[in-house]
Amino acid sequence: MAYPAGYRYTKEHEWIDMDGAAGAVGITDYAQDSLGDIVFVDLPKVGDAVEAGKTFGSVESVKAVSDLFAPVSGTVTAVNDALKDKPELINTDANTTWLIKVSLGDAKQLDGLLSAADYEKFIAEETGH
Amino acid sequence: MSDSTASPVLRKTALNAVHRASKSKMVDFGGWDMPVDCCGLIAEHMAVRTAVGVFDVSHMGDIQFRGPGSLAAVQKLCMNDASKLAVGQAQYSAMLYPNGTFVDDVVVHKLSDNDYLIVINAGTREKDVAWVRQVIGGMPGVHMNDYSDHYTQLAIQGPRAAETLQKLTSTDLSTIKNYWFTWGQVCGLHNVMIARTGYTGEDGFEIYIPSDEATSARVWGEVLEAGKEFDILPCGLGARNTLRLEAGMALYGHEISDSINVFEAGLGRYAKLDNESKGDFVGRDALVKIQADGGPKRKLVGLEMIERGIGRDGYPVFSLDGRRIGEITSGSPSPFLKKNIAMAYVPVELAAVDTEVAVEIRGQMVKARVVALPFYKRAKKST
Repeated sequence: MAYPAGYRYTKEHEWIDMDGAAGAVGITDYAQDSLGDIVFVDLPKVGDAVEAGKTFGSVESVKAVSDLFAPVSGTVTAVNDALKDKPELINTDANTTWLIKVSLGDAKQLDGLLSAADYEKFIAEETGH
Repeated sequence: MSDSTASPVLRKTALNAVHRASKSKMVDFGGWDMPVDCCGLIAEHMAVRTAVGVFDVSHMGDIQFRGPGSLAAVQKLCMNDASKLAVGQAQYSAMLYPNGTFVDDVVVHKLSDNDYLIVINAGTREKDVAWVRQVIGGMPGVHMNDYSDHYTQLAIQGPRAAETLQKLTSTDLSTIKNYWFTWGQVCGLHNVMIARTGYTGEDGFEIYIPSDEATSARVWGEVLEAGKEFDILPCGLGARNTLRLEAGMALYGHEISDSINVFEAGLGRYAKLDNESKGDFVGRDALVKIQADGGPKRKLVGLEMIERGIGRDGYPVFSLDGRRIGEITSGSPSPFLKKNIAMAYVPVELAAVDTEVAVEIRGQMVKARVVALPFYKRAKKST
């Protein structure tokens, strides 16, 4: 399973893909696979503040609901409205299906996140494989 | 997100290695290491509604009663009237505590005169067996055996289930009516019990084959092969749950339990209080009293979410004026109906169809409407 090398990851299975001062946030392929068929996504609005490590929404599959944790603190600059009608896009391609975009106050925040290699190692430990 | 690694104490069906090799997602279900998702819950669910799916339900338990006292034992233990059964016929029933609440719901099969098989839930096996021993202890002429580990039980379900299974048996399946069963040759195995039963709201069969791993794996494979032309899918407990929820069927620990009585659960039609042929059974007196006192105070209802949100198991239900009135017992998106549905207990005065209530979903009040159960009923075949 490939985790893009340019992204940063959380232990709660979110990724952030930086583009200038803002980053696109999604959930990892491991997360979508664990959840199963995703049917519902609850996201904040443009202009809302999110805080690193705090929940900013939720994603629900048929069988479970899972909180979304912000990888960084900042302000929501965009929300992926396509997910309202097609939440299954996350199952189709978790690596490119972003949920929200966040402008970061401080880019140093990224230092605390995992690299793709560290994240893969973390999953391997978590699942015991 | 939960860890899917199996703990060594979990019990396994004879098909465990097959499930694990096929990369099914496994969960701990009542102490059993079972597949929850084999190839996508929604795809599995739709396969059963529109074509055919196969489930490993070997974790279910099987208790057999033999001897001249077997009917009397079943009649005392279970609320439905087993004397009405013909050989080869099955009925939905339940074992009750003296206060009219549930030990478990069961399916009673009459194998022959003086020979009955009751199929019980996986998570309640030990409790059920202990209860049975306690109730029938001292009753003459009945011998009870726990055959739970003797069978691999496969459920082949869906509108193409009969065509699928027909390829594997010389028994004419069209002669088996709903909730009847027979014995026949299946995949070269003799004397296999073939029952037209299930837990999906669709037509389908449950077969009981020897529980050795090689036989179980071979039959599982042959069923998948036979259903290939209908795009059969192996199905997990996730789809089993959404299918039975759409069909309004109770699940032990959710809609029925030791704190819910028969009338509250809407299963009174299966409790035979006045049949002369039935006589007394454990829980009868309590049910008669509940009825005499005006019936239950709360009732199981169907809910359909009106506003955006998914009501799930355990979420509290409120009246629109803000009183907490009950709780969701099972709730999920409905893959077939494409609505968010739930079953919940509410006071009888708020149980009428079209009553609006609110479900508290993670701190927010989301409106829902009482709807008739079941949510889904399959069309009757015209032929």
